[in-house]
Amino acid sequence: MKIILSIIRKEFIQIFRNRVMLPFIFIVPIIQMIVLVFAANLEMKEIKFVVVDNDLSSTSRRLTSEFTGSRFFNFRGSSFDMQSAEAMLAKDDADLIIHFNHGFEKDLRMKNSAPVQLLVNAVNSTKASLVNAYAGNIIMDFNRKIRMEWLGAEGNSRVKSLDISTAFWYNPELNYKIYMLPGILVILVTIIGMFLTALNLVREKELGTSEQINVTPIRKFHFIFGKLFPFWVIALFELAFGLTVGKFFFHLPILGSLGLLFLFASVYLLVVLGIGLLISALSSSQQQVMFLSFFFMLTFILMSGIFTPVESMPQWAQTVNIINPFAYFMKVIRMILLKGSGFRDIACDFYSILVYAGLILSLAVWRYRKVS
Amino acid sequence: MKRFIGFIIKEFYHIFRDYRTLIILFGIPVAQILIFGYVVTNEIKNVKIAVLDESKDVVTMSIVDKMLSSGYFILDKELSSVKQIEPVFRGGEVKEVIIFEPDFAKNLEKTGKAGIRIVADASDANTGNLIANYTRGIIMNYVASMNQNLNIPYEIRALPRMYFNQGLKAVYMFVPGTMALIIILISALMTSITITREKEMGTMETLLVSPLRPVHIIIGKVTPYVFLSFVDALIIILLGYFIFGVPVTGSLLLLMVATVIYVSLALSLGIFISTVATSQQMAMFISMLALMLPTILLSGFIFPIENMPVLLQWLSAIMPARWFVALLKDIMIRGNGILFIWKELLILVGMTILFIILSIKRFKIRLE
Repeated sequence: MKIILSIIRKEFIQIFRNRVMLPFIFIVPIIQMIVLVFAANLEMKEIKFVVVDNDLSSTSRRLTSEFTGSRFFNFRGSSFDMQSAEAMLAKDDADLIIHFNHGFEKDLRMKNSAPVQLLVNAVNSTKASLVNAYAGNIIMDFNRKIRMEWLGAEGNSRVKSLDISTAFWYNPELNYKIYMLPGILVILVTIIGMFLTALNLVREKELGTSEQINVTPIRKFHFIFGKLFPFWVIALFELAFGLTVGKFFFHLPILGSLGLLFLFASVYLLVVLGIGLLISALSSSQQQVMFLSFFFMLTFILMSGIFTPVESMPQWAQTVNIINPFAYFMKVIRMILLKGSGFRDIACDFYSILVYAGLILSLAVWRYRKVS
Repeated sequence: MKRFIGFIIKEFYHIFRDYRTLIILFGIPVAQILIFGYVVTNEIKNVKIAVLDESKDVVTMSIVDKMLSSGYFILDKELSSVKQIEPVFRGGEVKEVIIFEPDFAKNLEKTGKAGIRIVADASDANTGNLIANYTRGIIMNYVASMNQNLNIPYEIRALPRMYFNQGLKAVYMFVPGTMALIIILISALMTSITITREKEMGTMETLLVSPLRPVHIIIGKVTPYVFLSFVDALIIILLGYFIFGVPVTGSLLLLMVATVIYVSLALSLGIFISTVATSQQMAMFISMLALMLPTILLSGFIFPIENMPVLLQWLSAIMPARWFVALLKDIMIRGNGILFIWKELLILVGMTILFIILSIKRFKIRLE
């Protein structure tokens, strides 16, 4: 016990003595969290559109002004030939061209129907389908309006319609920040935990100081425990710090129990540190550690569901996610914080991560060699 | 010159000897592009929904049917009361509940109107919004098809046409994004680490007293990575083309020129980091923390830049990846020529020169 305590003390002294690294452990991640949370917005507000109106009738002008008046659309100019409008699309100066053919109004009145062309910049496919949907809505509403004017209330009588109302639960203002913040926090806590462990251990190997420890009476178990404990504490502290910042700066809702969250986090961090330990046992230089963890990190982060929902991923990816620690915590932290889920709701994930921690730690300890 | 070539050959040996790193160097782009292509898409698929349908008539059934056959949704539960919604959402599986008003078809027949309520789990605001929009779209389509044979007067038909990406494939965004991300991470990371490693191990001293000039040492260190990064870029372009059908519409030569400029930018950034960092650990933390998340989030390949607050838009302007992503989209997807992209090219060249000047200023020949 005394041995472990001295190792832990030594590690803490070593970490806090390194003044250059300290900001990278404590300050940079939190600043990142605060700044990057703002970036993750998929909601469209400023759809830039250009009008090519070859009709110049009152109807085409009115429809154009419906677009100009919408808070989603931003008028970027009009032109008479398609070429210059298409050039704007190519330069990314416009997301949408609305094109009225000559005779638009006449066709509408005489032939009972007239087309409006919507040319959508589809390099970003998600955005394109939203642009298309919004534009379609505006045209449909406008259509009802003019029918009303031209035919009176009778005009729409034959048209069947459904009243669609939408309710967004847990987050009626669609504030994306409170969803991203826990996600980014998970990534930062994990990066800190995994890297610090892996780098610290392999650094001793590379510099030859682990040799010196090997000849002391310190047992393998003591050594590993003493090495992991400080990083476990630092990572938990980081999580608490991040949540506090989130609470004060972003009014992050904490609906569930914080005790449950930290219980889960402490087991989760065992997995993270175990992976760090395993990586360091498998590599001989810091460079290798870097690459191994970088590779897994990037893959796991993207598959964890931080940006895109896990349910939309193909089945094989969801199967791979069984070994993806990020995926568990990403899901659970959001459930507890944003929806107030209780232990019953996350029990399955909790037991999985517990088993995972047991497996990965025994694997790492088994692979870790005192003798080189 | 011969010495210099010898030095470069030594560096190549260093890299190729370490097969683990090598596997990862070439494994990363392959894995990343597959993940982005298949896994990380903003499209929604197989979202679990629940239905609260007190009416259970022909119309509600066929709307639910329409939704399920779209491939976006899977019916998970049928609810019988509003009280069940809360526990279903808290369980975390179901993301949306659709509520039909009682006597749905009857009301529609009589008054021409009926109500549907979409309740989305918006704890993930982006996805919640997307799911609601998809649902709305499907229902609108259904309404349109209901009205089709009714001979509606004065109908304005919207004829959408998708430019540059008719199939609305998400990979068109992700291939340029992955390329920008991988190149900057690998190049900056690798160079900064190899140089700080020499510092940390004390071998930098040996190199400095050798007849090689510091410039040669740096160029020699960097050359293998120019080669490797370029190979990575090619792998990504080829995979994108053959597996996902992402075209190279514009000039291949221009694409190569842009890639070479970007690679040199990433390497000069790596050199700069190595002059700032005192240990490998620090170099890694700078590269990882300062490059990975900001590049993913601010380069505009997942989240559109124009949606961000102004301050972040400025911040994204100093991300080299942002300009390269813009370049790639122009050249590969829109097929634009040099007239459209000279600005981005100039910015990349400017950044490269800036980092080189900064590095030269900070590079110390003597050890402290």
